[in-house]
Amino acid sequence: MAVKGDYMGMVLSIDDLDGENLGYFAHCAEHKFHLQKCDDCSLLRYPPTTGCPFCSCGTSTWAAVEGKGAVYSYLEVHHAIQPAFKAKTPYMVLLVELDTQPGQPTPDDGIRVAANLTLPNGEFAPPDVVKTVGIGTRVRMVFSDVSEGLSLPQWTIDETAAQPAAPWRYPQE
Amino acid sequence: MPLPADTDVSTPKFLRDKYAIVGIGETTYTRGSGKTTRALGTWALRNAIADAGLKASDIDGMLSYSGNDSTPSTFMAGDIGARLNFYMDCMGGGSSTEALIGIAIGVIEAGLCKYVAIFRAMNGFSQVRIGGTGARSAAPVNGDALHNRAYGWQSAGQNFAPTFMRHMYDYGTKPEQVAMVKVVHSEHASNNPKAYYKKRFTVDEVLSSRIICKPLHLLDCCVETDNGTAIIVTSAERAKDLKHKSPLIRGVVGRCSKPRLDMHYQHGPISRVAGYYAKDILWPNAGVGPEDIDAVGAYDAFTFTSMLQLEDYGFCKKGEGGEYVSSGITRLGGRRPQNTSGGHLCEAYTHGMNMVIENVRQLRGTVDDSCPVGADGVVQHTYDYREGGCRAVKNIEVTANLGWANPATGSAMVMRRGF
Repeated sequence: MAVKGDYMGMVLSIDDLDGENLGYFAHCAEHKFHLQKCDDCSLLRYPPTTGCPFCSCGTSTWAAVEGKGAVYSYLEVHHAIQPAFKAKTPYMVLLVELDTQPGQPTPDDGIRVAANLTLPNGEFAPPDVVKTVGIGTRVRMVFSDVSEGLSLPQWTIDETAAQPAAPWRYPQE
Repeated sequence: MPLPADTDVSTPKFLRDKYAIVGIGETTYTRGSGKTTRALGTWALRNAIADAGLKASDIDGMLSYSGNDSTPSTFMAGDIGARLNFYMDCMGGGSSTEALIGIAIGVIEAGLCKYVAIFRAMNGFSQVRIGGTGARSAAPVNGDALHNRAYGWQSAGQNFAPTFMRHMYDYGTKPEQVAMVKVVHSEHASNNPKAYYKKRFTVDEVLSSRIICKPLHLLDCCVETDNGTAIIVTSAERAKDLKHKSPLIRGVVGRCSKPRLDMHYQHGPISRVAGYYAKDILWPNAGVGPEDIDAVGAYDAFTFTSMLQLEDYGFCKKGEGGEYVSSGITRLGGRRPQNTSGGHLCEAYTHGMNMVIENVRQLRGTVDDSCPVGADGVVQHTYDYREGGCRAVKNIEVTANLGWANPATGSAMVMRRGF
């Protein structure tokens, strides 16, 4: 069944035919992180697809994955394009490499999941927190609830992890 | 520099030197054209046809590309009085120019038509803004887009930024090095009377312009303009009968890609761009290498896009792009000037067309600068590259165009001077 919600004044939706995204976000709605695991080669993949990018097998099974990793790259938006984000600047989009399945199937591969930097409650991180995060920062997944049946995965600083002394940030603040 | 000794200059396999760009045309570069894309497109097409010395009725093939922000070939052909034997309107932006030139060669070679006009018509400032602001910015977010646009990760600059940032992390690339791309292209634009922005910028001015999306300042981003552009491709054989000594196409590569185009950041190193793969098609097919190239059009949607492509196509070592673009090589008067019209950062945003048009003019020796015209009506280039002066590249024989769609997809072309 199709899913639709209003997020900061922005309409988010998934069509009823889009089984892959419906499956992914159904888990997110329960604040669980699941990825498709190939029924043939057993590799996990992201984002949701209709077939395995590594062996082209057409079937997969949702598997629970730990939502933890380190910032692999990022952007920090000071001039928002979308109206919904105008009030959130500066905001970060973190590209996070999961601890799960690093360097597979080739050393160049990794599961890299993008989301905003938020506080543990899923609210956007304020500027003083933004300034502490960079490449190498350890993060854990939390969720922002959009509407009934729709939540977005987000990244927040992992308070329990050992953090790098100085995560790499763009030299100009 | 002269072409290297080459016993294999015309292998049928690659159609090397068998096709030419015989006509080029553009509209005025403006912000606020006051015209439809249909009017801009036909204006550019008429200019290209006149430039080639053809009649509109000679054009029997047409190709275009857009992101639903243009007018299809069917209307353009009607408006110029051409009956088409072949046409196709493709989805796409940057990297389409060289790819469509490849398609044009293919369909002419296969006998589908004789003269292909390729156009891009856009109101990139006054209608569908290239920066992604305006109506598109508030579009609903559906399905696969939940993994990016729902996070405020939507515009070109936002989309590419993880690649740019990771490059700085991997290689220690400095903002002041990257800014040199804008500095140099702006110097070139100042010698181009038709460039939308002719002002020369300094590194300090780039770095003190406001941050749009780290690592991009305002002046790391290209301009948004309204314009139409067109080029005409035909066989080298037919080109001989036309007006110019037309540059010959040595080789093309079209929309060559990294793995995982559904989300290319899954496959690293993410500071690598599609040129890493495209170079292995481009250089062997063209029979030259980066060291032979005299002028480059390196797609500059952003300062970074130019620099990253130069690295992965082998103009310098991977990771040394910052040094390369700061070394003077890329300036007019340097060994390998690039984006001599000012490119997307300064002249106009055309999704790649103006950089191909510029290299055609360079190879013809007819760039439109402010040099004096001799008694014979021919421009006497001074090769004095100071502001407001010459922008012709001396002794130019071979050029390269490096087209960028995104970090994961690129196209490229090598041309040589006609004879």
